Amino acid sequence: MLKDQDRIFTNLYGIHDWRLQGARARGDWDGTKEILSKGRDWIIEEMKKSGMRGRGGAGFPTGLKWSFMPKEVGDRPHYLVVNADEGEPGTCKDRDMMRFDPHKLVEGCLIASFAMAAHACYIYIRGEFYREAEHLQFAIDEAYEAGLIGKNACGSGWDFDLYLHRGAGAYICGEETALLESLEGRKGQPRLKPPFPAMAGLYGCPTTVNNVETIAAVPTILRRGGDWFAGLGRENNTGTKVFCISGHVEQPCNVEEEMGIPMRELIEKHAGGVRGGWDNLLAVIPGGSSTPLLPKSICDNVLMDFDSLRAEKSGLGTAALIVMDKSTDVVRAITRLSRFYMHESCGQCTPCREGTGWLWRVMERMTRGDARPEEIETLLDVTYEIEGHTICALGDAAAWPVQGLIRHFRPELERRIEEYRARYEAAAA
Amino acid sequence: MPKLKVDGIEIEVPPGSTVLQACELAGKEIPRFCYHERLAIAGNCRMCLVEIKPGPPKPAASCAMPAGEGMEVFTDSPMTRKARKGVMEFLLINHPLDCPICDQGGECDLQDQAMAYGMDHSRYHENKRAVTDKYMGPLIKTIMTRCIHCTRCIRFADEVAGVPVIGAVGRGEHMEITTLERAVRSELSANVIDLCPVGALTSAPYAFMARPWELRKTETIDVMDALGSNIRVDARGAEVMRVLPRMNDDVNEEWISDKTRYACDGLKRQRLDRPYVRREGKLVPANWGEAFQTIADRIAGLPGERIAAIAGDLADCESMMALHDLMHALGSRNLDCRQDGARIDPSCRAGYIFNSGIAGIEEADAILLVGTNPRWEAPVLNARIRKRWLSGQARIGVIGQQLDLTYRYDYLGAGPETLQDLLDGGHAFAEVLKSAERPMVIVGQGALQRSDGAAVLAAVRALAEACGAIGEEWNGFNMLHTAAARVGGLDLGFVPGGGGRDLEGILSGAERGEIDVVYLLGADELDMARLGDAFVIYQGHHGDAGAHRADVILPGAAYTEKDGTYVNTEGRVQLALRASFPPGEAREDWAIVRALSEVLGKTLPYDTLLEMRKRLMEANPVFAELDERVPAEWGSFGVAGQMSSAPFESPIDNFYMTDPISRASETMARCTLELLQSAGKTGTHG
Repeated sequence: MLKDQDRIFTNLYGIHDWRLQGARARGDWDGTKEILSKGRDWIIEEMKKSGMRGRGGAGFPTGLKWSFMPKEVGDRPHYLVVNADEGEPGTCKDRDMMRFDPHKLVEGCLIASFAMAAHACYIYIRGEFYREAEHLQFAIDEAYEAGLIGKNACGSGWDFDLYLHRGAGAYICGEETALLESLEGRKGQPRLKPPFPAMAGLYGCPTTVNNVETIAAVPTILRRGGDWFAGLGRENNTGTKVFCISGHVEQPCNVEEEMGIPMRELIEKHAGGVRGGWDNLLAVIPGGSSTPLLPKSICDNVLMDFDSLRAEKSGLGTAALIVMDKSTDVVRAITRLSRFYMHESCGQCTPCREGTGWLWRVMERMTRGDARPEEIETLLDVTYEIEGHTICALGDAAAWPVQGLIRHFRPELERRIEEYRARYEAAAA
Repeated sequence: MPKLKVDGIEIEVPPGSTVLQACELAGKEIPRFCYHERLAIAGNCRMCLVEIKPGPPKPAASCAMPAGEGMEVFTDSPMTRKARKGVMEFLLINHPLDCPICDQGGECDLQDQAMAYGMDHSRYHENKRAVTDKYMGPLIKTIMTRCIHCTRCIRFADEVAGVPVIGAVGRGEHMEITTLERAVRSELSANVIDLCPVGALTSAPYAFMARPWELRKTETIDVMDALGSNIRVDARGAEVMRVLPRMNDDVNEEWISDKTRYACDGLKRQRLDRPYVRREGKLVPANWGEAFQTIADRIAGLPGERIAAIAGDLADCESMMALHDLMHALGSRNLDCRQDGARIDPSCRAGYIFNSGIAGIEEADAILLVGTNPRWEAPVLNARIRKRWLSGQARIGVIGQQLDLTYRYDYLGAGPETLQDLLDGGHAFAEVLKSAERPMVIVGQGALQRSDGAAVLAAVRALAEACGAIGEEWNGFNMLHTAAARVGGLDLGFVPGGGGRDLEGILSGAERGEIDVVYLLGADELDMARLGDAFVIYQGHHGDAGAHRADVILPGAAYTEKDGTYVNTEGRVQLALRASFPPGEAREDWAIVRALSEVLGKTLPYDTLLEMRKRLMEANPVFAELDERVPAEWGSFGVAGQMSSAPFESPIDNFYMTDPISRASETMARCTLELLQSAGKTGTHG
């Protein structure tokens, strides 16, 4: 279990003051100038050493991502964009960080921007996060006032401007290139890659897009050293992580824990356990709605980190656990997710635009059992025709939950089809 | 030059190529819907997915992936095949099964590719999507349920046409392509019909008219403007059903204007299908013999200087040449092919052609438009200017009317004063032209159809010379014509010579009774009242202004009904081919003149088209250079003099009606009404 002194997000529950004074008391903005004075290369090297993997879901090594930015600023300025468009169902970590610890993010923006030679940073915040945007804007204003950002930020000689932009609530705008499109004022649709944002991102300039949690953790990592962070968790899955536990648990919560904590320990220690006891567990979606669910047999022993979950054909994603006990209609639950992805598909790529609707419609029938047994195979085949065939990962995200359901609950689907048929035949007789 | 392997075939491709282009070079066809050579890459249809190694274990969109050194591309691997089959299945699940009543049937990309990559049955048992149709104006019919969201139409409107009025609203399966329920106000709008890979956008005037396999296809040349766009005329029996663009990168790329495409229904109306002779003030039907005899009787004994001929905007070079020779044989030098009265100097070829070439626009870094509205005078050429402007490498200045040309320009002034300013170097834009490596001046007919036209022309020449536009490799002096016949007429010498009268001379002569016979070869854009009491012979294909005034009408053939030579504004000689026969007793024009010459006792020395063309080449060797742009030698032209202060105005006041054919066209009339006369009207009106 994570020791209190190793916590990064010390005001995750909002019991302390979130404003500048309170943040400073918790150690934020402490020695920022000294960190900056160590130079860009040192910061990026330290981030690489920490082994931090992006907290937005894909888990790409942060230091490596930063190092993709051009070393020297050419004729185009560099930008940092922070993805605060948290919309993955089940996920609510960034929201609490911005609400209760906004200065961590603001400071992280400064340091990360400095490391990538960006004089401007945009935070793209989900439109529904109204109060969070208020807090964040307040924190930004405070930081400007105190000379922490703006011209000669923290007395470092680096000019830095931070802008908060509110989105309009489309899930797809959380995809980094769609976010950039939206930020530029266009319809939020993912861009083709290559070119990657590090080459041509916001307004065609070199850009890095990072998650809120990633950026907010940066100042602490640099203050305590990359080795400290790398010392937590397992190799390649280092550090701490904020887990969001929701669903059929006694006390749903956000909690910061060490990477690689066993799922069962996480749920039982922090969320008060599964409603009705561990044996009442049916399945867990381990990393936000797009990751395939895991049945209890796997949940018994699995560790909560990127590689362990990947080995079980699921993923850590945003580390948002959706716990389902035996009262759950698991088919109905996954159908609801299919509907979500159909609704949020941007409509650009053929497989996702047409396929997500198809999945949902078949799933609706599967819920009732109104299908033929061979349609399970068709359904699975359709998910494979979507997966990997689209510009962004929304197609994959729509396919995975259905694949997970068929992988682990095929007998349940077959039972429903059989029951429906029997009912129908009885009525006809 | 990256080297890569496509299905084991090793090829080298130019740097910057995409994988799709590399595959095509290797002779592998890649299916696609959204990709189009002349539009930005969207990469959204996903039909062109191919397996690429090294890379992630999923297929990549070949249209958007840059070809890299050492890549291995597999266009027929199980992964590629599965991806294509999947995408095709997705495209079809919500596509209606209405091919039997769809106008795209037989020339539909989706239909063709479904044959190659589709499944033989459907696994989709849900309800299909239905989408409300949209209003895009009188030319574009929409059946949006068929749309596969390739966004080609959006990109065309944004990029090529420069009217960003087509877009997508909604998300996911509710995404719909739409306008703001307003007509697409572009002279190029109907090109989206060709671009649409399915039957979502089809041709409204052509709706349910014919199937592609019923049509006889003739590759020919357009005459609706001076561009000489390459077109294909599709005819069924004697009827021209539709006009489509052909590809020619030097001229029209693969676009044509809406007038080029849709004026063809004017070929069926108001036609002159038999000779007429005016008797007791009324035109009465006659036969060829009577018509020729009437002319012979009137001309008999007349001295040459009392006879004149004017050639119109649609005349082919053969008929102009024949009439030219006939007039000379009759002893007349009163000839003019400039029926608009433009003060063009025929003595120097470089002074009346578009010297840089249309494709040359893409090399220009400063463009000055003088007295022209290219958007209406040559919409396809205007799209080139826009293309160049979009590349960010050319600055554009305008002297003349301040109009929406679909690109941003520096508005310099309205008339000759500004031109003089530029010439004196007092204007800031003069610096732009001077510092440009390839400056370009485009002078329109609006600047020349005025009494000071010759002085304006001289001033433009001086400006071109002063700003270094005239060099060994680059000639930046360009004249934009509005008539398909003009350059040809000038090239073959259909101009007054040896003391003959020009247009103004002919008209004033006729008014004063000094000209007794005027031969109008399809000339309709004249003030007929000025012909006075002259005996008027009208040879042409439509009952327009000229025919109304005529004393004898000789029915000729329209451009789709004869083999004719046309020279476009660049001086490019192109052959038009016959797609159908002229109606009734109408005949090919040069043959009419030839036949008449015999009756007049001045038999012209050619009996076949081949001999006719030999005569053309004899008159001017450029006629031997088919489809090529022949550079012209620079010389002196125009007459320096006082210019008036009147502003330049484009000669076209209605893009959709500029000649007898488009004036007879119902579709063009509808466009005039809906697009020009009812600005702001939306689809929900009426």
